[in-house]
Amino acid sequence: MTLTNTVSPDFPPSHIAGWYIFNTWLQNTLNERVRLELHDSFSQQQEAIQADAVDMIYANPADAAVLVREKGFVGVARPTNRVDEAVIVVAKDSPAQAVEDLPESLKVAMTAQPDVSTMGMIMLEPADITPDTVTKIERDTYALVAKSLMDGDADVGFFLKDAFESLSSFVKSQLRVLVTSDIQVVRHGLMLGPRMQQHKEALQAALLSMHETENGKDILSGLGFEAWEALHSEDVEFMIDLMETLTV
Amino acid sequence: MEIKDITPADVSGDYEEHHITFYDGSKRTVLVVDEEVPYPDGRLIVSVTDLEGRITECNKSFVDMSAYSRDELIGAPQCILRHPDIPSHVYADLWETIQAGKKWQGYIKNLRKDGRYYWVLATIIPTVRNGEIVGYASVRRKPSRKKIDAFIAEHLGN
Repeated sequence: MTLTNTVSPDFPPSHIAGWYIFNTWLQNTLNERVRLELHDSFSQQQEAIQADAVDMIYANPADAAVLVREKGFVGVARPTNRVDEAVIVVAKDSPAQAVEDLPESLKVAMTAQPDVSTMGMIMLEPADITPDTVTKIERDTYALVAKSLMDGDADVGFFLKDAFESLSSFVKSQLRVLVTSDIQVVRHGLMLGPRMQQHKEALQAALLSMHETENGKDILSGLGFEAWEALHSEDVEFMIDLMETLTV
Repeated sequence: MEIKDITPADVSGDYEEHHITFYDGSKRTVLVVDEEVPYPDGRLIVSVTDLEGRITECNKSFVDMSAYSRDELIGAPQCILRHPDIPSHVYADLWETIQAGKKWQGYIKNLRKDGRYYWVLATIIPTVRNGEIVGYASVRRKPSRKKIDAFIAEHLGN
């Protein structure tokens, strides 16, 4: 049987090779055939999850509830010292200096990354801006979100903070950050589906010691991580609870 | 339930003394300074409590905005932040809702240790493990000023 590994589509494109190298390490560690299946969009990934075609996933926190409650996934590990934060960005010559300066009727460019959309909308609430008052412009990549702002097609853009910071200096010089989230607790995690849970203990042990070897450090570096830490069921439940409080 | 009173050493500036009576009959003396601390942009205040409402976990934003130390907060009842301006029926509705296993959301004026206050939009959900409510998770975010004004008009009679 070939198992299937996938990665939340919000990972930086520069880490694609890193995930393939990680997948090779995974196969060698578990002595199992594991195929890495990368999806172009969250909707494609959702279809794969619903079709039980995913056995392991580096998951966006917004997907944790479906994975755990409906599909029987369990957490195994998550990168240390990495949290998801969002930024709301405007064109540099926008008259808005604060969220409260924005009109209720607003064109918002965003990707389909669900936790960033949730955090972005929460940061607009103080200006009485809600999902009902905005026009959403969904783009495939953060570079295209930036382009929407620079072209004047959108009033504000939602970015994963790390993704915004990795834009080119020129692009960033055309934009201005209006507000940055400081939520501290929203995190991705590596989760295992029912067909892969027999490997949980061995995999967790291998992941948690990955940073102790030169080869392991290289693999982590390819993913943009420093080390893995254990992802306990209570951590996952807390993330599900947290996302539920944010999506009211 | 015992919560330490707020003392003159905790506050600066003019203050009013108030006596809060909690649902279990216990009392607390608080000193209230008429000064709002703006809710910082982008922050979320997160805490988890046990079934009795005692804080078991909180994030840095909770500590920063409350003006208490983390050590003072962990183990303390969530109502350590209760401001005397918020009518008890608001809290009664909150507890009735979450104890019934439902989500509660509303506007709350919180009292800091230094007597000043801050407004939040609070969302509280029961934390359910193995089918049982084992505590509550609470997330507060920056509220709309227009919504706060409406809340004040409706509940605080100003």
